[in-house]
Amino acid sequence: MNSHAKSVGLTRATASVFAKELRVEFRSFEILTSTIIFALIVVFVFSFAFNPSAADSRRFGAGFIWIALLFASALMLQPSFTRERTNDTIAALVLAPIDPFAIIAGKLFANFFFLVLVELVLLPAFSVLYNVPLLGIIGPLSGVMLLGTFGIATVGTVFAAISSQARMRELLLPLLLLPALVPLLIACTGATMGLLAESPELPISWLAVMACFDLVFFTAAWLFGGYLLEE
Amino acid sequence: MSASASTTAAESGLSISFANVEKRYGSHVALRRLSLTIAPGEFVALVGANGSGKTTLLRIAALLSRPTSGKITFANAVQNSAALTPAEIKLRIGMVGHFTMLYDELSAEENLRFFANLYGLNDPQRIAAEALAPAGLASRAKSLVRTFSRGMRQRLAIAHAMLAEPSILLLDEPAAGLDREGAAWLASTLSALRKIGATVIMSSHGQSEALTLATRAIAMRDGTLIEDSGPSGSKSNNDARAIIEREAAPIAGIWDSAQ
Repeated sequence: MNSHAKSVGLTRATASVFAKELRVEFRSFEILTSTIIFALIVVFVFSFAFNPSAADSRRFGAGFIWIALLFASALMLQPSFTRERTNDTIAALVLAPIDPFAIIAGKLFANFFFLVLVELVLLPAFSVLYNVPLLGIIGPLSGVMLLGTFGIATVGTVFAAISSQARMRELLLPLLLLPALVPLLIACTGATMGLLAESPELPISWLAVMACFDLVFFTAAWLFGGYLLEE
Repeated sequence: MSASASTTAAESGLSISFANVEKRYGSHVALRRLSLTIAPGEFVALVGANGSGKTTLLRIAALLSRPTSGKITFANAVQNSAALTPAEIKLRIGMVGHFTMLYDELSAEENLRFFANLYGLNDPQRIAAEALAPAGLASRAKSLVRTFSRGMRQRLAIAHAMLAEPSILLLDEPAAGLDREGAAWLASTLSALRKIGATVIMSSHGQSEALTLATRAIAMRDGTLIEDSGPSGSKSNNDARAIIEREAAPIAGIWDSAQ
């Protein structure tokens, strides 16, 4: 054994995995390109299908945003672990002397970051297509989006790890992910709808639901993350 | 291999014990009630046909796969598995798997630097450069792995396995895809590891130059250990060679007879 080799702390290991995820993605743009295009298509199709008035947009726009993000995330999260199986790099990660949660956490934060990038493209497009000005509510809206996105990334990363070992993995992830995210989706839509109203208001109760959801699932991922990676 | 490795490999050597280890994938039994102890410093050749359970055994030894039943324990002179954390055991293990375990979208150097970081090695840049040179990949350090040939990927996979100078090296068909020069490098590297007291478990279903270094041979069939030359020693070395020659028959001979 190399006399200098040593176990690495959770933070450093997570940062290494996170940086590797970003480097791999920014070499290929495999996930980001498809996800951004998909999310844009969803809001674009909805705007033509419903041809919403300004009042309709304020009422239903929040749902359109989160549905687009939900489906886009299902598309984005799938390769998070399946591409680790191609060359069995997941084995090299599990074999490393690190807390297995660092692998989950590194990927979770990377997925969160990628979803935020998707939102940075999606929200301006939504604002233009649905004629809903967002600049006035950008602060609270960012808070809602970040809380909701963190929940999607947490649950999605955990379920992506589970489904990547299954035979019907492409089918399994949406089947697990979409029902599990229903409570979060209701809270996100409720909070965003409050912000899109003519007299914008931030519903604290929905924010509390989102924060609790994030906390519960992140803690569960921390406690059981190691088991998800075992054969 | 650094000078420090010569002392540390032997000092940090671990014995590996399998006690009635069984592994099932659904109804398929990949490993059947295997009991075996491998002492520190042994060079074990694991031979047998495809599907005989060699890879499963190596993955269980690497803590990548949990046995369905039975137990695997690691121990050194003063500690056993109960006292060692999984991270402490993993620090001592290097592995060349059936797949390369490398990122195609990263360069050779980036791959090694990333893993050097995960192993807490100081100066990952220097460590990566030092690992690439003997593998003959120094000139391709900045090239993406996806541009590498099969043999170059295998060399990089071996360099990756040796990165933290492991005291236990698990090799699953390490010579696959290597040219003559690469095979010679692998053999000399393994020979150096044997001299410093590292434990090597190497699987093969065909003849490989590296198998001649084995001090013990274990033959497997259908997930069962069918023959073991016994713990390393001068007498068992001859038995080991006999098992290797019998079980790892040269594939070239098969092609000759087909003509």
